[in-house]
Amino acid sequence: MAKIVSLAEAVGDNVRDGDTVAMEGFTHLIPYAAGHEVIRQGRKDLFLVRMTPDILYDQLIGVGAARGMKFSWGGNPGVGSLHRFRDAVENQWPRPLEIEEHSHAAMANAYEAGAANLPFAMLRGYIGADLPKVNPNIKSVACPFTSEVLAAVPAIRPDVTIIHAQRADRKGNVLIEGIVGVQKEAVLAARRSIVTVEEIVDELAPPSPNSVVLPTWAITAVSHVPGGAFPSYAHGYYPRSNAFYIGWDDIARDRESFTAWIKENVLDAGPEDFARHAGKNPAKAA
Amino acid sequence: MTDITPTEMMTIAASRALSNDDVCFVGIGAPSAACNVARLTHAPDITLIYESGTVGTKPDVLPLSIGDGELCDTALFTVSVPEMFRYWLQGGRITTGFLGGAQIDKFANLNTTVVGPYDHPKVRLPGGGGAPEIASNCGRIFITMALSKRGFVEKLPFITSMGHGEGGDHRERLGMKTKGPTRVITDLCILEPDPVSKELTVVSIHDGVTREQIVDNCGWPIKFADQVIETPVPTEIELATLRDINARTRKAHQGNREAA
Repeated sequence: MAKIVSLAEAVGDNVRDGDTVAMEGFTHLIPYAAGHEVIRQGRKDLFLVRMTPDILYDQLIGVGAARGMKFSWGGNPGVGSLHRFRDAVENQWPRPLEIEEHSHAAMANAYEAGAANLPFAMLRGYIGADLPKVNPNIKSVACPFTSEVLAAVPAIRPDVTIIHAQRADRKGNVLIEGIVGVQKEAVLAARRSIVTVEEIVDELAPPSPNSVVLPTWAITAVSHVPGGAFPSYAHGYYPRSNAFYIGWDDIARDRESFTAWIKENVLDAGPEDFARHAGKNPAKAA
Repeated sequence: MTDITPTEMMTIAASRALSNDDVCFVGIGAPSAACNVARLTHAPDITLIYESGTVGTKPDVLPLSIGDGELCDTALFTVSVPEMFRYWLQGGRITTGFLGGAQIDKFANLNTTVVGPYDHPKVRLPGGGGAPEIASNCGRIFITMALSKRGFVEKLPFITSMGHGEGGDHRERLGMKTKGPTRVITDLCILEPDPVSKELTVVSIHDGVTREQIVDNCGWPIKFADQVIETPVPTEIELATLRDINARTRKAHQGNREAA
């Protein structure tokens, strides 16, 4: 059964130095508040996993919390570069970053293999591409029935997966809707999991029998953090702040402005601040 | 009609590549604009798919990311990301992939990964995302990017997604049954692979552009087809549609810029 606890307690109990950590959410429901709590608690030497590192991992890389990262697309969507990620790869600042790079299809398959308790995933992928030449974790297998050669990648098995969701009930069952990404697979692939939610309610009341529900007994900890996905979004609660994503380009371009931003908005702030940020950005149709 | 910018010409020429029957996997940026102009003009029943899992989406403003809420709100349905890549893309359900890129070579291979050596890159680009499997699993590929010497290069430092590889029958030799890139739409001209060598060749030149301009902006000695046509100029409706959606998009993406 999931424990319903404060975010500080959830991160303190479940994220350890050196862990392999997946924070998922495909543009939607990115767990920013939880990522900031990981930074505030000073976790280090993390191996980060995420399909689209996005601004959240730019922040974790920029503060030096990560030793490595497994990913498939490391940009600021529609804007340009993740400057802290680039500075780490190009200039080793603030520390070298080991990278394991895949395609989206391979990452999605690898999460699914992890959730299915399989050792690897296979796909018809990477044909004619150069990534297999630079990533020793991309190999191939022959189909035992047809001999077709397929790409193989190891299953993703995080020590801890962190996601954000719309709501939980008082037992800790969690509901996700909208763009559901790979969150279900990422939670089921992990040893431990933390879910931050917009609301804790008496009844989940899924609007459709086909909503994604993760049961309390498959989750380690649930924390109530309204606005916790800002500046990404929570469908039905608040929209993505595209203006913030555009503005991040200037903040992150420069080491000093980045460091000052982290001090003001992460180190000297708390999870309760997220409700205010998201509240300035109300949903068109909540 | 007011002056048409090269980018507007590129987007409109790209939109014309699509038809009502296409099921199209849409890349973000220039491809997204082209696909939505097609939907709002000559291809109202086109199915647009974004890799976030949104299928049959009809956004009123162009998304900044591939997963803006607008895409899910207006979709026929939304699936998980593993389902998107496994059942719909790898399953062979998608007729057309529409990609952009940082660099392209004469066989329409794309690089969005690094400039310089992979281990010590001069410039670290975002990487491939969905492109490696979009390029191999969609029925055919359209590419749109501005023509420049930096972008159109003789040799790529890294092949993120394969087009026609080393040319000729390279795709078939690797077991691919899909067509690969069949058209590259730039701001100056339209290129198509030669039927045999698969080398990109100029087949259509936009209004007011000279052959010399095209040669000067390409990093390899570019070839022209025997029959080169002039790209039809944008119609009033095409241009008004593009400008309207761009204006709505600019307005929608401004707003709350405060810190989080």
